[in-house]
Amino acid sequence: MKVVALILTLLAGPMLAQDRTMILASTTSTQNSGLLDFILPQFEAVSGIHVYVVAVGTGQAMRIARNGDVDALLVHHRPSEDIFIMQGFGVGRVDVMVNDFVIVGPTADPAEIAVSTSAAQAFEQIMSSQNRFVSRGDISGTHLREMDIWHDAALLPSGRWYLEVGSGMGTALNLASGLNAYILTDRGTWLSFRNRGDLTILFEGGTGMRNPYGYIRANPAQFPHVKSDEAAALGDWLISVEGQAAIGAFRINDVQLFCPDALPTPDQSQDQHRTCAANALQR
Amino acid sequence: METLAKAWQLLIEMDADLLAVIGLSLKVSGLAVLFALIMGAPVGAALAIWKFPGRQVLIVVFNSLMALPPVVVGLSVYLLLSRSGPLGSWGILFTPKAMIIAQTALIFPIIVALTREAVQPVFREYRGLLISLNASPVLVLRTVLWDARFGVVTALLAGFGRAIAEVGAVIIVGGNINGLTRVMTTTIALETSKGDLELAMALGIVLITLALTMNAMIYAISQIGRKYQEVRE
Repeated sequence: MKVVALILTLLAGPMLAQDRTMILASTTSTQNSGLLDFILPQFEAVSGIHVYVVAVGTGQAMRIARNGDVDALLVHHRPSEDIFIMQGFGVGRVDVMVNDFVIVGPTADPAEIAVSTSAAQAFEQIMSSQNRFVSRGDISGTHLREMDIWHDAALLPSGRWYLEVGSGMGTALNLASGLNAYILTDRGTWLSFRNRGDLTILFEGGTGMRNPYGYIRANPAQFPHVKSDEAAALGDWLISVEGQAAIGAFRINDVQLFCPDALPTPDQSQDQHRTCAANALQR
Repeated sequence: METLAKAWQLLIEMDADLLAVIGLSLKVSGLAVLFALIMGAPVGAALAIWKFPGRQVLIVVFNSLMALPPVVVGLSVYLLLSRSGPLGSWGILFTPKAMIIAQTALIFPIIVALTREAVQPVFREYRGLLISLNASPVLVLRTVLWDARFGVVTALLAGFGRAIAEVGAVIIVGGNINGLTRVMTTTIALETSKGDLELAMALGIVLITLALTMNAMIYAISQIGRKYQEVRE
Protein backbone atom coordinates (compact mmCIF):
# COMPACT_ATOMS: atom_id res chain seq x y z
CA MET A 1 0.00 0.00 0.00
CA LYS A 2 2.79 2.34 0.91
CA VAL A 3 4.40 1.78 -2.47
CA VAL A 4 1.14 2.57 -4.24
CA ALA A 5 0.75 5.74 -2.18
CA LEU A 6 4.31 6.73 -3.00
CA ILE A 7 3.80 6.19 -6.72
CA LEU A 8 0.59 8.17 -6.58
CA THR A 9 2.34 11.00 -4.82
CA LEU A 10 5.14 10.96 -7.35
CA LEU A 11 2.68 10.96 -10.22
CA ALA A 12 0.48 13.60 -8.69
CA GLY A 13 3.36 15.70 -7.41
CA PRO A 14 4.50 17.28 -10.64
CA MET A 15 0.91 17.61 -11.83
CA LEU A 16 -0.07 19.45 -8.69
CA ALA A 17 3.01 21.65 -8.89
CA GLN A 18 2.06 22.59 -12.42
CA ASP A 19 -1.49 23.27 -11.34
CA ARG A 20 -0.41 25.96 -8.93
CA THR A 21 -0.93 28.74 -11.41
CA MET A 22 -3.78 31.13 -11.97
CA ILE A 23 -4.74 33.87 -14.38
CA LEU A 24 -5.41 37.36 -13.04
CA ALA A 25 -7.01 39.97 -15.28
CA SER A 26 -5.75 43.32 -14.12
CA THR A 27 -5.70 46.86 -15.38
CA THR A 28 -2.85 48.34 -17.33
CA SER A 29 -2.18 50.76 -14.45
CA THR A 30 -1.15 47.98 -12.05
CA GLN A 31 0.92 46.18 -14.68
CA ASN A 32 2.63 49.06 -16.49
CA SER A 33 3.65 50.74 -13.24
CA GLY A 34 5.52 47.57 -12.24
CA LEU A 35 3.44 46.97 -9.08
CA LEU A 36 2.42 43.42 -9.99
CA ASP A 37 5.96 42.47 -11.01
CA PHE A 38 7.01 43.69 -7.57
CA ILE A 39 4.39 42.04 -5.33
CA LEU A 40 3.44 38.82 -7.16
CA PRO A 41 6.87 37.15 -6.77
CA GLN A 42 6.50 37.76 -3.02
CA PHE A 43 3.13 35.99 -3.11
CA GLU A 44 4.62 33.12 -5.12
CA ALA A 45 7.42 32.76 -2.57
CA VAL A 46 4.97 32.08 0.28
CA SER A 47 2.22 30.24 -1.65
CA GLY A 48 3.99 28.47 -4.51
CA ILE A 49 1.31 29.86 -6.82
CA HIS A 50 2.45 31.53 -10.00
CA VAL A 51 0.11 34.26 -11.18
CA TYR A 52 -0.17 34.93 -14.92
CA VAL A 53 -1.30 38.50 -15.52
CA VAL A 54 -3.41 39.59 -18.45
CA ALA A 55 -3.36 43.39 -18.34
CA VAL A 56 -6.31 45.02 -20.06
CA GLY A 57 -8.76 47.81 -19.31
CA THR A 58 -11.35 47.28 -16.57
CA GLY A 59 -14.11 46.91 -19.20
CA GLN A 60 -12.27 44.22 -21.16
CA ALA A 61 -11.13 42.51 -17.94
CA MET A 62 -14.75 42.08 -16.87
CA ARG A 63 -15.79 41.06 -20.37
CA ILE A 64 -13.32 38.17 -20.50
CA ALA A 65 -14.16 37.29 -16.89
CA ARG A 66 -17.83 37.04 -17.90
CA ASN A 67 -16.73 34.36 -20.38
CA GLY A 68 -14.99 32.49 -17.57
CA ASP A 69 -11.54 33.03 -19.05
CA VAL A 70 -9.77 34.29 -15.91
CA ASP A 71 -9.62 33.19 -12.27
CA ALA A 72 -9.69 36.63 -10.66
CA LEU A 73 -9.84 40.36 -11.33
CA LEU A 74 -7.99 43.38 -9.97
CA VAL A 75 -9.95 46.35 -11.28
CA HIS A 76 -10.96 49.88 -10.41
CA HIS A 77 -14.52 50.92 -11.13
CA ARG A 78 -16.76 50.18 -8.18
CA PRO A 79 -20.17 50.57 -9.92
CA SER A 80 -19.17 48.09 -12.66
CA GLU A 81 -17.70 45.76 -10.04
CA ASP A 82 -20.97 45.73 -8.12
CA ILE A 83 -22.97 44.93 -11.26
CA PHE A 84 -20.48 42.17 -12.13
CA ILE A 85 -20.98 40.58 -8.71
CA MET A 86 -24.75 41.10 -8.72
CA GLN A 87 -24.96 39.25 -12.03
CA GLY A 88 -23.30 36.28 -10.35
CA PHE A 89 -19.97 36.33 -12.20
CA GLY A 90 -17.79 37.22 -9.23
CA VAL A 91 -17.54 36.58 -5.51
CA GLY A 92 -15.55 37.71 -2.48
CA ARG A 93 -14.76 41.29 -3.46
CA VAL A 94 -12.21 42.98 -1.19
CA ASP A 95 -10.76 46.49 -1.14
CA VAL A 96 -7.06 46.15 -1.84
CA MET A 97 -5.52 49.55 -2.37
CA VAL A 98 -6.15 53.03 -3.58
CA ASN A 99 -4.34 55.69 -5.52
CA ASP A 100 -5.78 58.75 -7.15
CA PHE A 101 -6.57 60.25 -10.52
CA VAL A 102 -4.88 63.44 -11.66
CA ILE A 103 -5.48 65.74 -14.60
CA VAL A 104 -2.30 66.46 -16.50
CA GLY A 105 -1.87 69.01 -19.26
CA PRO A 106 0.53 71.49 -20.89
CA THR A 107 2.72 73.38 -18.42
CA ALA A 108 1.34 76.70 -19.71
CA ASP A 109 -2.15 75.52 -18.65
CA PRO A 110 -4.18 77.56 -21.17
CA ALA A 111 -7.47 76.41 -19.59
CA GLU A 112 -6.22 77.52 -16.15
CA ILE A 113 -7.38 74.37 -14.40
CA ALA A 114 -4.65 74.61 -11.78
CA VAL A 115 -6.94 76.96 -9.86
CA SER A 116 -10.07 74.84 -10.33
CA THR A 117 -11.83 73.79 -7.15
CA SER A 118 -13.16 70.47 -8.48
CA ALA A 119 -12.48 68.00 -11.25
CA ALA A 120 -15.86 68.85 -12.77
CA GLN A 121 -14.93 72.52 -12.86
CA ALA A 122 -11.57 71.71 -14.43
CA PHE A 123 -13.34 69.72 -17.16
CA GLU A 124 -15.76 72.58 -17.72
CA GLN A 125 -12.88 75.01 -18.18
CA ILE A 126 -11.11 72.70 -20.61
CA MET A 127 -14.30 72.38 -22.63
CA SER A 128 -14.97 76.11 -22.80
CA SER A 129 -11.32 76.84 -23.66
CA GLN A 130 -11.59 74.29 -26.53
CA ASN A 131 -8.12 73.02 -25.69
CA ARG A 132 -7.45 69.50 -26.79
CA PHE A 133 -8.47 66.76 -24.37
CA VAL A 134 -7.56 63.12 -24.87
CA SER A 135 -10.14 60.56 -23.72
CA ARG A 136 -9.34 56.86 -23.32
CA GLY A 137 -12.67 55.95 -24.90
CA ASP A 138 -12.20 52.25 -24.10
CA ILE A 139 -14.59 51.64 -21.17
CA SER A 140 -11.58 51.22 -18.89
CA GLY A 141 -11.83 52.23 -15.24
CA THR A 142 -10.18 55.55 -16.04
CA HIS A 143 -12.50 56.19 -18.97
CA LEU A 144 -15.56 55.35 -16.86
CA ARG A 145 -14.33 57.77 -14.20
CA GLU A 146 -13.84 60.43 -16.85
CA MET A 147 -17.45 59.92 -17.98
CA ASP A 148 -18.57 60.20 -14.34
CA ILE A 149 -16.81 63.57 -14.05
CA TRP A 150 -18.39 64.88 -17.28
CA HIS A 151 -21.70 63.69 -15.86
CA ASP A 152 -21.03 65.58 -12.60
CA ALA A 153 -20.30 68.70 -14.64
CA ALA A 154 -23.55 68.13 -16.58
CA LEU A 155 -21.62 68.34 -19.85
CA LEU A 156 -21.53 66.21 -22.99
CA PRO A 157 -18.03 66.50 -24.44
CA SER A 158 -17.80 66.54 -28.21
CA GLY A 159 -16.10 68.52 -30.92
CA ARG A 160 -12.72 68.74 -32.59
CA TRP A 161 -10.98 69.36 -29.26
CA TYR A 162 -12.22 66.10 -27.72
CA LEU A 163 -10.15 63.16 -28.93
CA GLU A 164 -11.36 59.66 -28.13
CA VAL A 165 -8.40 57.35 -28.76
CA GLY A 166 -9.90 54.01 -27.74
CA SER A 167 -6.70 52.61 -26.31
CA GLY A 168 -4.73 52.01 -23.12
CA MET A 169 -3.49 54.62 -20.66
CA GLY A 170 0.06 54.60 -22.01
CA THR A 171 -0.97 54.98 -25.64
CA ALA A 172 -3.36 57.77 -24.68
CA LEU A 173 -0.59 59.50 -22.68
CA ASN A 174 1.79 59.23 -25.64
CA LEU A 175 -0.84 60.96 -27.77
CA ALA A 176 -1.55 63.65 -25.19
CA SER A 177 2.18 64.26 -24.84
CA GLY A 178 2.55 64.59 -28.61
CA LEU A 179 -0.42 66.97 -28.93
CA ASN A 180 0.19 68.85 -25.67
CA ALA A 181 -3.36 67.97 -24.65
CA TYR A 182 -5.16 67.60 -21.32
CA ILE A 183 -5.84 64.08 -20.09
CA LEU A 184 -7.18 62.27 -17.02
CA THR A 185 -4.80 59.60 -15.77
CA ASP A 186 -4.23 57.52 -12.69
CA ARG A 187 -1.22 58.72 -10.70
CA GLY A 188 0.54 55.35 -10.83
CA THR A 189 0.75 55.20 -14.60
CA TRP A 190 1.69 58.88 -14.74
CA LEU A 191 4.56 58.49 -12.29
CA SER A 192 6.01 55.54 -14.16
CA PHE A 193 5.40 57.05 -17.62
CA ARG A 194 8.59 58.01 -19.42
CA ASN A 195 7.47 60.11 -22.38
CA ARG A 196 5.91 63.11 -20.62
CA GLY A 197 7.05 65.86 -22.97
CA ASP A 198 5.69 69.20 -21.75
CA LEU A 199 2.88 67.67 -19.67
CA THR A 200 2.62 68.14 -15.93
CA ILE A 201 0.08 67.51 -13.18
CA LEU A 202 -2.30 70.49 -13.08
CA PHE A 203 -5.19 69.25 -10.96
CA GLU A 204 -5.19 66.73 -8.13
CA GLY A 205 -6.97 65.96 -4.90
CA GLY A 206 -10.56 66.56 -3.97
CA THR A 207 -13.52 64.26 -3.98
CA GLY A 208 -14.05 62.23 -7.07
CA MET A 209 -10.35 61.71 -7.68
CA ARG A 210 -9.96 58.76 -5.33
CA ASN A 211 -9.19 55.58 -7.27
CA PRO A 212 -9.86 52.39 -5.30
CA TYR A 213 -8.88 48.96 -6.58
CA GLY A 214 -10.92 45.88 -5.80
CA TYR A 215 -10.05 42.19 -6.04
CA ILE A 216 -12.81 39.85 -7.19
CA ARG A 217 -12.71 36.09 -7.63
CA ALA A 218 -14.51 34.40 -10.52
CA ASN A 219 -17.61 32.65 -9.18
CA PRO A 220 -16.83 28.91 -9.08
CA ALA A 221 -20.56 28.13 -9.08
CA GLN A 222 -20.82 29.87 -12.44
CA PHE A 223 -17.47 28.65 -13.79
CA PRO A 224 -16.58 25.21 -12.36
CA HIS A 225 -13.18 25.14 -14.10
CA VAL A 226 -11.71 28.23 -12.40
CA LYS A 227 -8.83 27.89 -9.94
CA SER A 228 -10.87 29.02 -6.97
CA ASP A 229 -8.41 27.86 -4.27
CA GLU A 230 -5.54 29.72 -5.89
CA ALA A 231 -7.69 32.78 -6.45
CA ALA A 232 -8.81 32.72 -2.80
CA ALA A 233 -5.19 32.39 -1.65
CA LEU A 234 -4.18 35.45 -3.65
CA GLY A 235 -7.14 37.43 -2.32
CA ASP A 236 -6.27 36.48 1.26
CA TRP A 237 -2.63 37.42 0.75
CA LEU A 238 -3.40 40.77 -0.87
CA ILE A 239 -5.34 41.91 2.19
CA SER A 240 -2.98 40.26 4.70
CA VAL A 241 -0.42 42.27 6.67
CA GLU A 242 2.35 40.99 4.37
CA GLY A 243 0.45 41.71 1.17
CA GLN A 244 -0.54 45.18 2.28
CA ALA A 245 3.04 45.92 3.36
CA ALA A 246 4.30 44.76 -0.04
CA ILE A 247 1.90 47.13 -1.84
CA GLY A 248 2.93 49.99 0.44
CA ALA A 249 6.61 49.27 -0.13
CA PHE A 250 6.39 49.61 -3.91
CA ARG A 251 8.04 52.81 -5.01
CA ILE A 252 9.24 54.50 -8.15
CA ASN A 253 11.90 57.16 -7.58
CA ASP A 254 11.06 57.08 -3.86
CA VAL A 255 7.41 57.81 -4.53
CA GLN A 256 4.75 55.44 -3.23
CA LEU A 257 2.28 54.68 -6.03
CA PHE A 258 -0.45 52.69 -4.30
CA CYS A 259 -1.77 52.98 -0.76
CA PRO A 260 -2.86 49.75 0.92
CA ASP A 261 -6.53 50.05 1.78
CA ALA A 262 -7.57 46.75 3.36
CA LEU A 263 -6.84 47.49 7.00
CA PRO A 264 -9.15 45.80 9.51
CA THR A 265 -11.04 48.79 10.93
CA PRO A 266 -12.61 51.59 8.92
CA ASP A 267 -10.91 54.24 11.10
CA GLN A 268 -7.47 52.91 10.41
CA SER A 269 -8.29 52.67 6.74
CA GLN A 270 -9.28 56.34 6.75
CA ASP A 271 -6.04 57.31 8.50
CA GLN A 272 -4.03 55.25 6.07
CA HIS A 273 -5.66 56.93 3.12
CA ARG A 274 -5.18 60.37 4.62
CA THR A 275 -1.46 59.75 5.15
CA CYS A 276 -1.19 58.44 1.64
CA ALA A 277 -3.12 61.35 0.14
CA ALA A 278 -1.00 63.74 2.18
CA ASN A 279 2.09 62.13 0.70
CA ALA A 280 0.58 62.61 -2.70
CA LEU A 281 -0.02 66.31 -2.16
CA GLN A 282 3.53 66.88 -0.89
CA ARG A 283 4.96 65.83 -4.20
CA MET B 1 21.57 57.34 -32.18
CA GLU B 2 20.81 56.53 -28.58
CA THR B 3 18.16 54.09 -29.77
CA LEU B 4 20.60 52.33 -32.09
CA ALA B 5 23.11 52.06 -29.27
CA LYS B 6 20.43 50.59 -27.03
CA ALA B 7 19.39 48.08 -29.71
CA TRP B 8 23.02 47.05 -30.15
CA GLN B 9 23.38 46.69 -26.40
CA LEU B 10 20.22 44.53 -26.23
CA LEU B 11 21.51 42.33 -29.05
CA ILE B 12 24.88 41.86 -27.40
CA GLU B 13 23.68 41.33 -23.86
CA MET B 14 20.74 39.08 -24.82
CA ASP B 15 19.51 38.63 -21.25
CA ALA B 16 17.45 35.56 -20.43
CA ASP B 17 14.10 37.39 -20.55
CA LEU B 18 14.71 38.87 -23.97
CA LEU B 19 15.99 35.53 -25.22
CA ALA B 20 12.82 33.81 -24.01
CA VAL B 21 10.67 36.45 -25.74
CA ILE B 22 12.59 36.08 -29.01
CA GLY B 23 12.49 32.29 -28.70
CA LEU B 24 8.72 32.29 -28.23
CA SER B 25 8.26 34.65 -31.20
CA LEU B 26 10.25 32.31 -33.43
CA LYS B 27 8.53 29.20 -32.07
CA VAL B 28 4.97 30.51 -32.42
CA SER B 29 5.42 32.09 -35.85
CA GLY B 30 7.63 29.25 -37.09
CA LEU B 31 5.13 26.54 -36.13
CA ALA B 32 2.25 28.64 -37.46
CA VAL B 33 3.91 29.01 -40.85
CA LEU B 34 4.74 25.29 -40.85
CA PHE B 35 1.13 24.26 -40.15
CA ALA B 36 -0.20 26.81 -42.62
CA LEU B 37 2.21 25.47 -45.24
CA ILE B 38 1.26 21.83 -44.68
CA MET B 39 -2.43 22.64 -45.00
CA GLY B 40 -2.29 25.60 -47.38
CA ALA B 41 0.21 24.51 -50.06
CA PRO B 42 -1.88 21.53 -51.27
CA VAL B 43 -5.02 23.70 -51.25
CA GLY B 44 -3.25 26.39 -53.27
CA ALA B 45 -1.87 23.84 -55.74
CA ALA B 46 -5.29 22.18 -56.08
CA LEU B 47 -6.83 25.56 -56.90
CA ALA B 48 -4.25 26.02 -59.64
CA ILE B 49 -4.68 22.54 -61.10
CA TRP B 50 -8.27 21.39 -61.02
CA LYS B 51 -11.35 23.05 -62.37
CA PHE B 52 -14.41 22.63 -60.20
CA PRO B 53 -17.54 24.66 -59.51
CA GLY B 54 -16.87 27.55 -57.15
CA ARG B 55 -13.13 27.58 -57.87
CA GLN B 56 -13.11 31.19 -59.06
CA VAL B 57 -15.03 32.22 -55.95
CA LEU B 58 -12.56 30.41 -53.71
CA ILE B 59 -9.62 32.10 -55.45
CA VAL B 60 -11.13 35.54 -54.89
CA VAL B 61 -12.00 34.66 -51.28
CA PHE B 62 -8.45 33.53 -50.46
CA ASN B 63 -6.97 36.55 -52.21
CA SER B 64 -9.18 38.83 -50.12
CA LEU B 65 -8.47 36.95 -46.89
CA MET B 66 -4.79 37.87 -47.32
CA ALA B 67 -5.85 41.33 -46.15
CA LEU B 68 -7.58 39.98 -43.03
CA PRO B 69 -6.84 42.28 -40.06
CA PRO B 70 -4.97 40.35 -37.34
CA VAL B 71 -7.31 41.79 -34.70
CA VAL B 72 -10.29 40.16 -36.42
CA VAL B 73 -8.48 36.82 -36.57
CA GLY B 74 -7.51 37.19 -32.91
CA LEU B 75 -11.07 38.01 -31.92
CA SER B 76 -12.49 35.06 -33.88
CA VAL B 77 -10.02 32.64 -32.33
CA TYR B 78 -10.69 34.16 -28.90
CA LEU B 79 -14.44 33.57 -29.26
CA LEU B 80 -13.69 30.01 -30.38
CA LEU B 81 -11.31 29.19 -27.51
CA SER B 82 -13.01 31.19 -24.77
CA ARG B 83 -14.47 29.09 -21.94
CA SER B 84 -17.91 30.08 -23.19
CA GLY B 85 -16.98 29.30 -26.80
CA PRO B 86 -17.31 26.01 -28.71
CA LEU B 87 -13.72 24.89 -27.98
CA GLY B 88 -13.61 26.31 -24.44
CA SER B 89 -13.15 22.89 -22.87
CA TRP B 90 -9.68 22.65 -24.42
CA GLY B 91 -8.59 25.28 -21.90
CA ILE B 92 -5.83 26.66 -24.13
CA LEU B 93 -6.76 30.35 -24.19
CA PHE B 94 -3.85 32.55 -23.04
CA THR B 95 -1.29 29.90 -23.98
CA PRO B 96 1.20 29.73 -26.89
CA LYS B 97 -1.04 27.07 -28.49
CA ALA B 98 -3.81 29.62 -28.92
CA MET B 99 -1.30 32.03 -30.48
CA ILE B 100 -0.13 29.37 -32.95
CA ILE B 101 -3.74 28.64 -33.94
CA ALA B 102 -4.46 32.34 -34.48
CA GLN B 103 -1.35 32.94 -36.58
CA THR B 104 -1.94 29.77 -38.60
CA ALA B 105 -5.42 31.05 -39.45
CA LEU B 106 -3.95 34.46 -40.28
CA ILE B 107 -1.36 33.24 -42.77
CA PHE B 108 -3.22 30.24 -44.24
CA PRO B 109 -4.82 32.41 -46.97
CA ILE B 110 -1.41 33.91 -47.83
CA ILE B 111 0.11 30.47 -48.33
CA VAL B 112 -2.88 29.32 -50.39
CA ALA B 113 -2.95 32.38 -52.64
CA LEU B 114 0.81 32.62 -53.22
CA THR B 115 1.19 28.87 -53.76
CA ARG B 116 -1.56 28.99 -56.37
CA GLU B 117 0.26 31.87 -58.11
CA ALA B 118 3.50 29.86 -58.09
CA VAL B 119 1.98 26.59 -59.25
CA GLN B 120 -0.16 27.92 -62.11
CA PRO B 121 2.64 28.54 -64.68
CA VAL B 122 4.40 25.31 -63.68
CA PHE B 123 1.24 23.31 -64.20
CA ARG B 124 0.65 24.88 -67.63
CA GLU B 125 4.02 23.45 -68.66
CA TYR B 126 3.41 19.97 -67.27
CA ARG B 127 -0.24 19.66 -68.03
CA GLY B 128 0.01 17.59 -71.22
CA LEU B 129 2.68 15.31 -69.81
CA LEU B 130 0.82 14.61 -66.57
CA ILE B 131 -2.43 13.93 -68.42
CA SER B 132 -0.76 11.61 -70.93
CA LEU B 133 0.90 9.74 -68.04
CA ASN B 134 -2.52 9.49 -66.42
CA ALA B 135 -0.82 10.49 -63.14
CA SER B 136 -2.71 10.14 -59.86
CA PRO B 137 -3.86 13.39 -58.16
CA VAL B 138 -1.29 12.91 -55.37
CA LEU B 139 1.52 12.52 -57.90
CA VAL B 140 0.33 15.61 -59.79
CA LEU B 141 0.28 17.65 -56.56
CA ARG B 142 3.72 16.43 -55.53
CA THR B 143 5.24 17.08 -58.92
CA VAL B 144 3.95 20.61 -59.37
CA LEU B 145 4.63 21.62 -55.75
CA TRP B 146 8.21 20.38 -56.03
CA ASP B 147 8.74 22.16 -59.31
CA ALA B 148 7.25 25.38 -57.94
CA ARG B 149 9.24 25.09 -54.70
CA PHE B 150 11.01 28.43 -55.03
CA GLY B 151 7.67 30.15 -55.37
CA VAL B 152 6.41 28.19 -52.38
CA VAL B 153 9.44 29.38 -50.37
CA THR B 154 8.42 32.94 -51.21
CA ALA B 155 4.93 32.15 -49.90
CA LEU B 156 6.51 30.74 -46.76
CA LEU B 157 8.62 33.87 -46.24
CA ALA B 158 5.63 36.14 -46.81
CA GLY B 159 3.62 34.12 -44.29
CA PHE B 160 6.41 34.11 -41.73
CA GLY B 161 6.94 37.84 -42.17
CA ARG B 162 3.28 38.55 -41.55
CA ALA B 163 3.16 36.23 -38.52
CA ILE B 164 6.27 37.48 -36.75
CA ALA B 165 5.29 41.12 -37.32
CA GLU B 166 1.66 41.01 -36.20
CA VAL B 167 0.54 42.05 -32.75
CA GLY B 168 -3.25 42.24 -32.98
CA ALA B 169 -4.01 38.51 -32.95
CA VAL B 170 -1.46 37.27 -30.42
CA ILE B 171 -2.21 39.98 -27.87
CA ILE B 172 -5.90 38.99 -27.78
CA VAL B 173 -5.53 35.20 -27.61
CA GLY B 174 -2.19 35.20 -25.75
CA GLY B 175 -2.82 38.04 -23.32
CA ASN B 176 0.83 39.22 -23.39
CA ILE B 177 1.55 37.28 -20.18
CA ASN B 178 5.09 37.78 -18.92
CA GLY B 179 7.05 34.54 -19.16
CA LEU B 180 4.24 32.65 -20.89
CA THR B 181 2.82 34.38 -23.96
CA ARG B 182 4.92 37.53 -24.35
CA VAL B 183 6.49 37.84 -27.80
CA MET B 184 8.54 40.54 -29.54
CA THR B 185 5.63 42.52 -30.93
CA THR B 186 3.57 42.50 -27.74
CA THR B 187 6.67 43.56 -25.78
CA ILE B 188 7.15 46.46 -28.18
CA ALA B 189 3.50 47.46 -27.75
CA LEU B 190 3.85 47.22 -23.96
CA GLU B 191 7.03 49.31 -23.77
CA THR B 192 5.44 51.91 -26.07
CA SER B 193 2.46 52.14 -23.75
CA LYS B 194 4.83 52.60 -20.83
CA GLY B 195 6.27 55.56 -22.71
CA ASP B 196 9.69 53.91 -22.94
CA LEU B 197 10.02 54.70 -26.62
CA GLU B 198 13.79 54.04 -26.80
CA LEU B 199 13.45 50.49 -25.47
CA ALA B 200 10.45 49.87 -27.75
CA MET B 201 12.36 51.11 -30.78
CA ALA B 202 15.44 49.12 -29.80
CA LEU B 203 13.31 45.97 -29.61
CA GLY B 204 11.90 46.88 -33.02
CA ILE B 205 15.41 46.99 -34.42
CA VAL B 206 16.16 43.61 -32.84
CA LEU B 207 13.01 42.22 -34.52
CA ILE B 208 14.00 43.62 -37.93
CA THR B 209 17.54 42.26 -37.54
CA LEU B 210 16.14 38.81 -36.79
CA ALA B 211 13.74 38.91 -39.73
CA LEU B 212 16.56 40.09 -41.99
CA THR B 213 18.85 37.27 -40.87
CA MET B 214 16.17 34.60 -41.39
CA ASN B 215 15.23 35.95 -44.81
CA ALA B 216 18.85 36.19 -45.91
CA MET B 217 19.45 32.60 -44.81
CA ILE B 218 16.43 31.21 -46.64
CA TYR B 219 17.23 33.30 -49.72
CA ALA B 220 20.80 32.01 -49.73
CA ILE B 221 19.63 28.41 -49.40
CA SER B 222 17.15 28.79 -52.27
CA GLN B 223 19.81 30.46 -54.44
CA ILE B 224 22.20 27.59 -53.82
CA GLY B 225 19.38 25.18 -54.66
CA ARG B 226 18.62 27.02 -57.89
CA LYS B 227 22.28 27.00 -58.95
CA TYR B 228 22.58 23.30 -58.17
CA GLN B 229 19.48 22.65 -60.25
CA GLU B 230 20.82 24.67 -63.18
CA VAL B 231 24.09 22.77 -63.07
CA ARG B 232 22.23 19.47 -63.12
CA GLU B 233 20.14 20.51 -66.06
